[in-house]
Amino acid sequence: MKKLSARRRHPAAALVVLLLALVFSGGLYALFAPADQAKADETAQSLAIEEGKKLYAVGCASCHGTGGQGTSDGPSLVGVGAAAVDFQVATGRMPAQQPGAQVPKKKNIYSQAEIDQLAAFIASLGAGPSVPTEAEYGPEGADIAKGGELFRTNCAQCHNFTGKGGALTHGKFAPSLEGVDPKHIYEAMQTGPQNMPSFPDATLSEQNKKDIIAYLHAVNGDETVSNGGLELGGLGPVSEGLFAWIFGLGALIAVAVWVAARTAKAKKS
Amino acid sequence: MSTTESSTESRARGKAPAGERVADWADGRLGIYSLAKANMRKIFPDHWSFMLGEVCLYSFIIIILTGVYLTLFFHPSMNEVEYHGSYVPLQGQLMSEAFNSTMHISFDVRGGLLIRQIHHWAALIFLAGMFVHMMRVFFTGAFRKPREVNWLFGFLLFVLGMFTGFTGYSLPDDLLSGTGVRFMEGAILSVPIVGTYLSFFLFGGEFPGGDFVARFYSIHILLLPGIMLGLVVGHLILVFYHKHTQFAGPGKSNNNVVGMPLLPVYMAKAGGFFFLVFGVIAAISAIATINPIWSMGPYRPDQVSTGAQPDWYMGFSEGLIRVMPGWEIDFWGHTLVLGVFIPLIIFPLVLVAIAVYPFIESWVTGDKREHHILDRPRNAPTRTAFGVAWITWYMVLLIGGGNDLWATHFHLSINAITWFVRIAFFVAPVIAFVVTKRICLGLQRRDREKVLHGRETGIIKRLPHGEFIEVHEPLSQDALHTLTAHEQYKPAEIGPTVDENGVERKVKGSEKLRAKLSEAYFGEESQIPKPTVEEYKEITSGHGHH
Repeated sequence: MKKLSARRRHPAAALVVLLLALVFSGGLYALFAPADQAKADETAQSLAIEEGKKLYAVGCASCHGTGGQGTSDGPSLVGVGAAAVDFQVATGRMPAQQPGAQVPKKKNIYSQAEIDQLAAFIASLGAGPSVPTEAEYGPEGADIAKGGELFRTNCAQCHNFTGKGGALTHGKFAPSLEGVDPKHIYEAMQTGPQNMPSFPDATLSEQNKKDIIAYLHAVNGDETVSNGGLELGGLGPVSEGLFAWIFGLGALIAVAVWVAARTAKAKKS
Repeated sequence: MSTTESSTESRARGKAPAGERVADWADGRLGIYSLAKANMRKIFPDHWSFMLGEVCLYSFIIIILTGVYLTLFFHPSMNEVEYHGSYVPLQGQLMSEAFNSTMHISFDVRGGLLIRQIHHWAALIFLAGMFVHMMRVFFTGAFRKPREVNWLFGFLLFVLGMFTGFTGYSLPDDLLSGTGVRFMEGAILSVPIVGTYLSFFLFGGEFPGGDFVARFYSIHILLLPGIMLGLVVGHLILVFYHKHTQFAGPGKSNNNVVGMPLLPVYMAKAGGFFFLVFGVIAAISAIATINPIWSMGPYRPDQVSTGAQPDWYMGFSEGLIRVMPGWEIDFWGHTLVLGVFIPLIIFPLVLVAIAVYPFIESWVTGDKREHHILDRPRNAPTRTAFGVAWITWYMVLLIGGGNDLWATHFHLSINAITWFVRIAFFVAPVIAFVVTKRICLGLQRRDREKVLHGRETGIIKRLPHGEFIEVHEPLSQDALHTLTAHEQYKPAEIGPTVDENGVERKVKGSEKLRAKLSEAYFGEESQIPKPTVEEYKEITSGHGHH
């Protein structure tokens, strides 16, 4: 005891007491804190945000600003949500190669894990739509015919009858929906990327979106059968007219030349 | 008729063969012997371009045959029904009976889809064939006297074909064609004063109403094809009556036709060609789909798709509307939609421009003679240039009609294409005219060179004193004839402006215009004088070098 009281005026005493107090309160916290599981999640989430922030600083910050607040070269990302990030990055549209009327899709260079990290970071900036689950965009319980009607009412005016794409003003365009991942179609409807209007659940319900995706899968998917033969791009009368001229009339003229070249020889008498 | 004597004679020798007796029977009632005698040996010249008309005739026949089959299953009604056919993505959708029955034809009638596709492909090819056939007639000057009326018959067939095609395209009542009908309704509405009344009359009330499919059906299967069939018959009778034109060549004159007789050669060729045309169209219809209405869905006025275009022959009207600025003026409380009305006015003018050309040309040349020998396009530079300018005009409008597909497929701005078409609508035909005329004159010079100096053989000869010359081989007499057979007009002059009494007569404005046009057609700037006999003799008699 004497020893202790003799050292109580030691310069390090305050520090030792502080440490002991910290250990004590920390121990108490460890005893009474909420379950371990939640704590672990919190760490992973913050880790993902941390990693996402790094990726963001490298790939995105030059246009969207260091804090996602947007610059003259790119819009603010506050509140766009994880769904927007997942769509833009996973389809290769972002990071953009160059400014232009519209950023086209290209090869995606990020892994899904990295995309999730980026999405976590952007989602942390403000509340927005999250990445949909398979249950939301999957084919179970979808009404294809209803989806077709919805598609023709809401989507066909830009994307064509079966989603072959179409032109917009000044070099912008509605891309073809052929071979697009159902998840990305869902996200595009939800978030309205680039020149597309968004269709939140209040406009097109979750079920509606599911129907539309199922319709697209039926008429423009990998297993779609073209009932009448080559579909010539599915673009309507322009490609049909071109085909009729080049292959139809072209073949007939070739046949006419062939027939005209083979004639009966006049009898020599 | 004429054979009573011979038949009694043959009876004396025993019974005539069955074929002869049938023929005699028919001749007594139909007069086939004299008909056959007059026409069996009818001569047709051989050239592949003379068979373009046949392509049209045969595709027309194919369209009629397949069309009859389609009428067996098609219900021209706009009553609303629910779909319960084989095509899953439309199950339970509401649609008109017209659309439903077209779906039925496509999926549930044996061979229905193939016949539908043959019908539609044949229609596109029919119109394309008529276009090319018309251009063949145009560029070779086959429309000249005595064939002006037949030119007009052909032109009418083309225009009626366009409208028959349009009404047929509208019948399935799908989302694409419904948009086209809506387009047409908009054009009708833009007519000042009477537009609304016309539209209500045509559709039996507010668009789309419940009538138009049935009305278009009557027009499509009865009215227009009936008129067309009559015109086709008239067209063919006139071809027989005028006899076929031919290209210049040895032994061919304005008074003869050199070729093969109708029987047996042309009957075999034409008959065989029909099956070839049918085969090609059927093969295309089996390979490629056309107007897949199941992808488009039933028409509803509140829906529309991008890429909504008419079939190609109506494409130029689509182009006119797409590139026209959306002008609108308010006139005494009435809105004049010039953005639609002006294209509606230009639409017939584009067609009439080519239809009236033969009459303009015959007025300028003042030539009242018959022409049975065809021109080579280069030897009528102004006509050829006019034709190419017209085609250019038409093609520019087609680009306008498909501006969205040009934009997406060539990564262009649709606005830039629209502006290109607006400017090219005025400029491109002029450029095409000038360029074509220069090319024609260049070709004429080449012909002249060939006649006078012969063909370049590519053989280089070295003369004893070291000079190198290229050996030119003189053309054969046949080739010389072919290259110099055409006739060259002299520009028309106004004529004496003073009569024999020295009184000045008034020169009419039309006369002056005609002289001016004639100068433009046949003046020094517009044709290269063809070599004369003297020139040829002078150069081949050994005085000249080449």
